[in-house]
Amino acid sequence: MNRTTDPATSVRIEDVTGQQEQTFLQRLGQSQPLWVTVALLVIVLVMSWLQPQAFPTADNFFNITRNFAFIGIMALGMTCVILTGGIDLSVGSLMGFAGVLTGLVLQASAIPVVPPTGEAGLLAWVAILTVTGLTAALFRWWIGGTAAVIAGLTMFLAAFVTAGLALQPEGVVWLTLPPGSIWIVATLAGLAAGMLAGAVNGVFVAYVGLPPFVVTLGMLAAARSLAIILSQNKMIYDFGPDAEIFYWLGGGQILGIANPVWVLLLATLVFGFVFNFTAWGRYLYAIGGNENAARLTGVPVERTKFQAYVVSGFTAGIATVLSVSWAGSALNAMGQGYELRVIAATVIGGANLMGGEGGAYGAFIGAALIEVIRNSLLMAGVDANWQGTFVGAFIILAVLLQKVRGRARD
Amino acid sequence: MAVLQLRGIAKHFGAIEALKGVDMTLRAGEVLGLMGDNGAGKSTLVKIIAGNFPPSAGEILIDGEPQLFHEPKDAREKGIEVVYQDLALCDNLTAAENVFLGRELWRQLGPLRILDYRRMYDRAAELFKELKSETRPRDLVKMMSGGQRQAIAIARTRLSEARFVLMDEPTAAISVRQVVEVLELIRRLRDSGIGVILISHRMPDVFAVSDRVMVLRRGTKVADKPVGETSPEEVTGLITGAIQAA
Repeated sequence: MNRTTDPATSVRIEDVTGQQEQTFLQRLGQSQPLWVTVALLVIVLVMSWLQPQAFPTADNFFNITRNFAFIGIMALGMTCVILTGGIDLSVGSLMGFAGVLTGLVLQASAIPVVPPTGEAGLLAWVAILTVTGLTAALFRWWIGGTAAVIAGLTMFLAAFVTAGLALQPEGVVWLTLPPGSIWIVATLAGLAAGMLAGAVNGVFVAYVGLPPFVVTLGMLAAARSLAIILSQNKMIYDFGPDAEIFYWLGGGQILGIANPVWVLLLATLVFGFVFNFTAWGRYLYAIGGNENAARLTGVPVERTKFQAYVVSGFTAGIATVLSVSWAGSALNAMGQGYELRVIAATVIGGANLMGGEGGAYGAFIGAALIEVIRNSLLMAGVDANWQGTFVGAFIILAVLLQKVRGRARD
Repeated sequence: MAVLQLRGIAKHFGAIEALKGVDMTLRAGEVLGLMGDNGAGKSTLVKIIAGNFPPSAGEILIDGEPQLFHEPKDAREKGIEVVYQDLALCDNLTAAENVFLGRELWRQLGPLRILDYRRMYDRAAELFKELKSETRPRDLVKMMSGGQRQAIAIARTRLSEARFVLMDEPTAAISVRQVVEVLELIRRLRDSGIGVILISHRMPDVFAVSDRVMVLRRGTKVADKPVGETSPEEVTGLITGAIQAA
């Protein structure tokens, strides 16, 4: 286009305004994580001034950072899901399920396996294979080859684990683990449990096309109930011969910083890298921005969405293992209500619940803000029950801020 | 010379028959105007050729070889590019990211494949320059005008060695001056030996650039003739059904 001043074209005007909105400072000013960081610093300064004896101490900072590490790690996985325009309500319950599983492996120092022998075992294997085969066939007929493989595999693992749970303790063979490998297997079991539940969510959301809210709400109920059955409603605290090394995972510290915080820092860097510098990361944004456009241009929409839920389950698994290790016990009530705190952290950090907007640093700083507010309220002698009110107000405020920013841009 | 052929393409969605056995031929360096009323099956035909979904019956041939497209990537590998009606853009991404969506450029960093933003921005800038558009690669699509959006969608088709370009209503949402530019672009595509299917409601645009006009009505082809042998009046009659077939 040549530089004529043609009043009939609106392109120029929008071009000019577009250019003005793109200056670095203005883009920075629109960044929600930045404002959350500012708010966080203000709170820290005010609290340090109000409570100079208690708040700005190494001990308190150690506690605050460790406390928000668990939420922050899960918020990173949640960001993947929210970027695609979805939601994962199941992460809190997954902590209960994965936590109890981890605890049980440590306690028994063995893993239960369903053998295809005996009446019950044989029946279980027939059921596992039938369910797997039916699922694969149904998905093959309904959706296609890739979906069939993914759904079949997910169903096989889910059925296998369920059979193990249903038949234990008598109907299964316990494979005793040598000391030194127990904590590794227990950790892997926790991570795998999270990923498997995430995979079930992912299959129903991405391939079957059910609303994420419904699917993960179902998983919220199912995972918590499995946790209760599995734990027989008891606390698991006898962690066997590998207890010491397992306690260190989430309870230990390196260079004066709690291990979960190191994990969060590392995970934030990894997710930040993935979101910005990999095709998969950009696909999450593209799907959240315009799912149909992403599909038409050849983005593997279903696969990417499926993977987002698996990642969310995986980060829930990481938080679970660290949390069980830190607490030194596994409870089926673990993580109750965490899904809301995780979603709150993500949204306060600038993720848009409609999808397509958000980032790793936002998840990190959102989690930090919630915990600092909680800690400050406790220190200020405010009844701890007020916390929910503040978090709730912050969620609404964050979404309101997004709306205002959105309007300013349009 | 490359030839794209459709034989007896039919598509039904449940009980609805969107296409009832359509034949079509498109040669390299030819512009085919595809016309029809809303719901005549134009967009369905485009989506079948582009590999978005398989036909219920019939086959697609390129140079006489039957093709099976499972996804858009398959069609793209055979040199078929599409500019969709809604342009298929993600508002929250930059112009360059949209151009390269689904076929990002990357470079190896140790064991990792990381996106090569510099090359994508440079290549996108080149393409926009070729298209004589002032679209800036780093700007978010959210803030762009209709013409700039169009440029992004068209720039996508120039990424690879396209042999056939399908354009679904490329001139529907843009200003008069930009229409002239898009039509000029279609001529340039044709002159470089690309076969173009132009789907449009705008009679003047179709008659300005097309070599042949094909008319669909309720999923059936009712006409396919050189522009010289027909007239806007006849085509209008064919679209509405006032003229049964020609």
